[in-house]
Amino acid sequence: MANLLLLAVILINFFTLGSARLVACIRAVALQGALLALLPLATHGFSGHALLLGAGALLLKGIFIPWLLLRAIREVRIRREVEPFIGFVPTLILGALVTAGAFIFADFLPLAPEHVAGLNVPTALATMFSGFLLLITRRKAITQVLGYLILENGIFIFAVLLSAALPLMVEAGVLLDLLVGVFVMGIVLNQISREFATLNTERLTALKE
Amino acid sequence: MLTALILLPLALAALALILPGYRSRSWLLPAGGGLHLALACWCVHTAPAHLGPWLGLDPLSRLVLLVTSLLFFGCALYAVGYLDLRRDRGNRTMVPCLLVFLAAMTLAVAARHLGLLWMAVEATTIASAPLIYFNRNRLSIEATWKYLLLCSVGIALAMLGILFVAYAALLGGGIPVSLQFDDLLAGAATLSPPWLHAGFVFMLVGFGTKMGLAPLHSWKPDAYGEAPGMVGALLAGGLTSVAFLAILRGLQLMNAAGDGAMARQALLGMGLLSLLVAAVFMVRQPDIKRLLAYSSVEHMGILAIGVGIGGLATFGAMLHLVNNALTKGCLFLSAGNIQRAYDSKRLSEVHGALATLPVSGAIFLAGFLAVTGSPPFGPFMSEFTILRGIFGNGQLAIGLVMLLLLATVFIGMGATVLTATQGEPVQLDTSFHDSALLVASPLVFLLLVLLLGVYLPSSLQTALHDAAALLEVQP
Repeated sequence: MANLLLLAVILINFFTLGSARLVACIRAVALQGALLALLPLATHGFSGHALLLGAGALLLKGIFIPWLLLRAIREVRIRREVEPFIGFVPTLILGALVTAGAFIFADFLPLAPEHVAGLNVPTALATMFSGFLLLITRRKAITQVLGYLILENGIFIFAVLLSAALPLMVEAGVLLDLLVGVFVMGIVLNQISREFATLNTERLTALKE
Repeated sequence: MLTALILLPLALAALALILPGYRSRSWLLPAGGGLHLALACWCVHTAPAHLGPWLGLDPLSRLVLLVTSLLFFGCALYAVGYLDLRRDRGNRTMVPCLLVFLAAMTLAVAARHLGLLWMAVEATTIASAPLIYFNRNRLSIEATWKYLLLCSVGIALAMLGILFVAYAALLGGGIPVSLQFDDLLAGAATLSPPWLHAGFVFMLVGFGTKMGLAPLHSWKPDAYGEAPGMVGALLAGGLTSVAFLAILRGLQLMNAAGDGAMARQALLGMGLLSLLVAAVFMVRQPDIKRLLAYSSVEHMGILAIGVGIGGLATFGAMLHLVNNALTKGCLFLSAGNIQRAYDSKRLSEVHGALATLPVSGAIFLAGFLAVTGSPPFGPFMSEFTILRGIFGNGQLAIGLVMLLLLATVFIGMGATVLTATQGEPVQLDTSFHDSALLVASPLVFLLLVLLLGVYLPSSLQTALHDAAALLEVQP
C-alpha cells in the first residue's frame, strides 16, 4: 500500500517536470500532498499521532497552499510556463536520471530491518531532486515555489519513517513554518507582479557583480 | 526566566501591532532590546545548563546570546533615529518583525532540541524577509526573493540532515530515538556512521547557506546591500552567529561520535573557499554595502577555518565571533548613515565622507581598519590567535594562504573605503546630519571593539575558553 502511494508520488514528479500548464502543475502538487497525507497511516497504521499528522498534511499540502497558489495565478492571469532555462524533454530525462540515481544511492545506505522493503528512502531522495530540478530550471516565480513544495514533500516522505521519534510539536512546527514561508513567498509574488507586471524571475537580474 | 527571554520580544511585537503612535512604536525597539539585554545578562549568570528537555544554556549559547542581545540593543537605538528619517516608509511592519526576529534568534540559541533549533532558524528567515523588503522597490524585491528562496531551500536541506541524524540513532539502536541534543550527545558512539556523516554534511550545507559560507553565499550581497543599515548589521552580526552555532551543534555530535576530524576538514575547506571568494569580489567593488556583505563572507570563512583547525584556533574563533558581530554593527550602521546622507551607496556618488560627515565617516574608516584586522582593534587579536593556532599546528601552507588572502582583502576593501571617505567635502542634497541617536551605537560598538583589542576581561576569557572546550573532543 505504502509503496503504491510512493510510486504515484514519483509519477507526479515526472508530470510536473514535463508539463507547461501551471494550473495542472499546481493540481498535481496538491494531489501529491494529499497522497502524502495517507502515507503516515499506510506506514504506521491507525494511531492518533498518524491521524493528526495526516490531517495536517492534507489540510496544508493538499488544500490550503495549492488554493493560495491557484488564487495567485488567477490574479496575475498567467497560464503557461514559457521557455524554461532547460527544455521540458531534457528536464524529464534529467528527472529520470536523478530518480534512477536516487534508487542506486539508496541501496548503499544501511536501513533498519522494518524499512528495507519500503521505497521511502529512494522516493524521498528522488522527490527532493525533482523539486530541486524544477527550482533551478524554471523562470516563473510560481514554478519555483512549486519546486520548493516538492522538495519539502520529499523531506516529509523521509520524516514519516521517523514519525515515532519526532514529537508532534516538531512536526506541527515544520508544517507551520512551511505554511508561513509559502505565505510570505505569496506576498512577495504579488509584489513582483505589481512591480514588474510579470512573474518571470529572469527580470530579477539587476543585482549582480 | 529563559522562557521569559523568548516571550518578551513576542509580547512587545504584539503590542507594536496595536500601538498607534509612530514614535512610541519606534521606542518599543530599544525598550525591548534593553530589557532583553538585562534579562540575558541575568540568565547567563543564573540559568541552568538544562531547563527541561527543550531549552537550556551551555557556554556556547551563553556567548552567542550575549553577543546577539548586545548587538540588537545597539541596532534598536539606532533604529529610532533611522525610522524618524524614513517616516514615508512607516514602521508598522519593521518594528514587530524586528522583535519577532529577536525572539526567533533567542529561541534558536537556547534550543536543546534539534527540531526546535530548526524551527527557530526557519522562523528567523521568515521574520527577516519583510525587513529586507523595507524599501519596497524593484531591487529590494529581487533581494528578498533570492533570500527567501535560497534560505528556505537551505533550511529544508538542514531539516533533512537533522532527520538523517535521527535515523542514525534509530539504526544504532543504542538510545531511544530522539532529537534531544543531550541524549544524542550521550549516545553519539552508537549512531550509525554513514547516516551521521550524511546528516552532518546536509546540516553544514543547510545552515551554511544561512550563515553565508561560500559557495552558498550568493544571496548575501543582495540582501545586505538592499536592507536598511541596522537590518544588515543584525543579519551580519547576529543571524550568522546563530547559524554558526547550529553548525557547531553538528560538529559537537561528530566529535562525540569520534568523527570530528572529517567535520573539521569540511569546515576548513568551506572556510578557505569563502575567504577566496570574498577576496576576489572585494577588489574593485563599487558598492559600499555589497563590500560589507563580502566582508561578512570573509569573516564567516575565518570562523570556519578557526574551528576547522581546532585547539588554540577554536578559542580564536570564539573571540572572533564576538569581534565580528560588534565590528559589523559599527560598519553597517555607519554605512547606513553615509547612504542616507548621499542617498546612494555607490562610489560614483559617495566620496569625501570624512569631510562631509565627520563622525559617521570617521567611524566607517575606523571600522574598516578594525574589520581588516589592523591593530589595536579586537579582530587583530582574534585573527592573530587563529593564525598562531594554524602555525602552531604545523599547517604552514594553510596559514600562508590565509595571510595572503587577508592581505588581498585589506587592499581591495581599502581601495573602496578610502575612495568613499577621502576627498573634498560634498554639498549634500539631503537634510541628513549626524544626530546623537544615529552615531551613538556605532561609536559604542567601535569603542568595544577597540577595548577587546587592548584588554580581554578575565570573565570573558573564561567564557570563551568554556565555549571552545565544548568543541574539543571530550576525553
